[in-house]
Amino acid sequence: MSNPTSTEHDTLDEQAADAAAVVDEAVEDAGTTGAGTSTTGTTSGGTTTTTYAKALAAAFRTAMRQDERVFLAGEDIGVYGGAFGVTDGLLEEFGEQRVRDTPISEEAIVGMAVGAAMTGRRPVVEMQFSDFVVNAMDPLVNQAAKLHFMYGGNVTVPLVVRGPGGGGTGAAAQHSQSLEAWFAHVPGLKVVTPATAQDVHDLFLASLLDPNPVVFLEHKLLYKVEAEVELRERIEDTPARLGEALVLRDGRDCTLVAYSIMVPRALEAAEQLAADGIEVEVVDLRTLRPLDVDTVRASVRRTGRLVTAQEAPVPVGIGAEVAAAVVESDAVDHLLAPVVRVGGRDVPMPYGKDLEAATIPQVDDLVAACRRVLED
Amino acid sequence: MTRRPDPSTPEGAAEALEAMWTIRTFELALEELYQRGMLHGTMHLSIGQEATATGVTGALEDGDMITSTHRGHGHCLGHGADPTAMMAELLARDTGYCRGRGGSMHIADVANGNLGANGIVAGSMTIAAGAALAQQQAGGDRVVACFFGDGAANEGAFHEALNLAAIWDLPVVYVCENNQYGMSMASSLAAAGDDIAGRAGAYGIPGHRVDGNDPVAVHEVVLEATARARAGDGPTLVEAETYRYRGHSKSDRNLYRTREEINTWRDERDPIDTFRTRALEAGWLDEEAADAAEQRARDTVRDAVQEASAAPPARVEDLDGAAYAPVPARDGVEDAA
Repeated sequence: MSNPTSTEHDTLDEQAADAAAVVDEAVEDAGTTGAGTSTTGTTSGGTTTTTYAKALAAAFRTAMRQDERVFLAGEDIGVYGGAFGVTDGLLEEFGEQRVRDTPISEEAIVGMAVGAAMTGRRPVVEMQFSDFVVNAMDPLVNQAAKLHFMYGGNVTVPLVVRGPGGGGTGAAAQHSQSLEAWFAHVPGLKVVTPATAQDVHDLFLASLLDPNPVVFLEHKLLYKVEAEVELRERIEDTPARLGEALVLRDGRDCTLVAYSIMVPRALEAAEQLAADGIEVEVVDLRTLRPLDVDTVRASVRRTGRLVTAQEAPVPVGIGAEVAAAVVESDAVDHLLAPVVRVGGRDVPMPYGKDLEAATIPQVDDLVAACRRVLED
Repeated sequence: MTRRPDPSTPEGAAEALEAMWTIRTFELALEELYQRGMLHGTMHLSIGQEATATGVTGALEDGDMITSTHRGHGHCLGHGADPTAMMAELLARDTGYCRGRGGSMHIADVANGNLGANGIVAGSMTIAAGAALAQQQAGGDRVVACFFGDGAANEGAFHEALNLAAIWDLPVVYVCENNQYGMSMASSLAAAGDDIAGRAGAYGIPGHRVDGNDPVAVHEVVLEATARARAGDGPTLVEAETYRYRGHSKSDRNLYRTREEINTWRDERDPIDTFRTRALEAGWLDEEAADAAEQRARDTVRDAVQEASAAPPARVEDLDGAAYAPVPARDGVEDAA
């Protein structure tokens, strides 16, 4: 503590040192802080080792170099580089006209983008957390999604609204949601949920080749995940297309349908089950609207069992839609067991680390679900 | 060159009078069609507000854009919409502007700079900012005029749009048609400060209150605003005071205002009557020219009703898949949508 009788003010550093001493006294074990990891990309052959976030930024670069109509707008995306660093360095390369810092005005960000998209530009706007799109539901749902249809086809709204969703960072209920089912419910929107660094790159470019409004939902836990990525030089070089799921792992016993963060967990679950001789087929939906029901049905016809995995709460979610797609087709005749939907606990995302982990489906939950459908 | 000349000139007066008569006759015809059961949906009539729509759109130039509101027939007609295609839309014909999918609240003709009427209060305010940004980015000198009502001035989008337009110096003119009521709530009770134009001060942009029933005054103030926008100096907020004679929509029983109030506006401040009298007194028009303007409007609306009625109806079979624009084919990649 500083001397209370002193007339001199402590500097902020001195106050901080005092506070640190208070903390030291209060805790028995000061513990260690997690070390940040550097993600410098290395290139080998035609691919680059990079992160999900940097692969997305590389797609922005590809698009902005090729198409002068493309611009980025959002909160703190300029000099700050984005709350998750996704747009880091883009301001320097493309300037403030094309990497536009906006006020904290989500409705204006998306509404402005709708107007610009209608009149010849190619806006890509960031919701700093996808939760904040709730403040922009009018321009997204009532405007962007409707205008092409409502105006009789005489306008298109080629727009990407993107941002991170999901929990796992202790950000609690208003910064951790998985709202994809809301958007997938709206005719006129397309919904993209990339799970890998390669896909976030390729599906973003595919979104730019689409003349419709696209809600592009990243997952904040995936941003730092590294992988080998083949970066595209031109937008049209992307092999991805919206509405195409991928079978990431073949298996004869059970189909496990996942998207976004649940994809790596599904692959890990499949790996663990393989050790017990259980072969799980993992399907990555990649886009939720359009939904590639054909790939799901074909897989279920092969395996006879279905587990769906999502971070969002189960009721009225994507898993229900996937299950319905199976039930509404002849794939239902191949089902050997009831479908199991795995999803988040049916509460707002809690803050505490253990509470949060218990709310979000983990690898063990997926393993257990697959075992359950195999018991029947 | 503006779409229509200054209304305080012989040529301009004739065009302004015809434009106002076209809007009024068009909407009175809609009412009649509705009462005869020939028109299906609800609608919001701007009868009594014709001078604002006429004054604003007449002061715009070729290539300038508008965004409109749920009460938008006047804006669309003033901006040069084809009355037949508009009527066809209201009658849900396949030849309508929106192929029968939009109706009264969603007339759009994007190719001609009408970015669309909008059924969400303040829904077009941010869209207008974006269209203005597109102009700025592309190096164009076109301006966007955004119509909105007094009710919209109390939406959050009003603030977000004006703030964004102001900090980015966007070429947009925000035109508030203050018709005194947001549905049933008096603007004087709904808008704190009771001075919507004065809110411009908060954004550091010019704000003008103008007699919205005077097409000359509206033309003048919009010219000033568009000149500022074209010069790259940013947006302007215009509040045009006007009055709607009809209810908010077809369900309105007029419980929130008096017959006397409506009659006073109708008898003393009607935009068409007052402008005609003024044009005759000023010598811009003689009786014959004024009557001819009215007759041209009647002919236009009659032809529109006739042609639209004869057009084929919108088709249910065309709805499937219409929510999305087709994805262009790519070599070696099939469209999965």
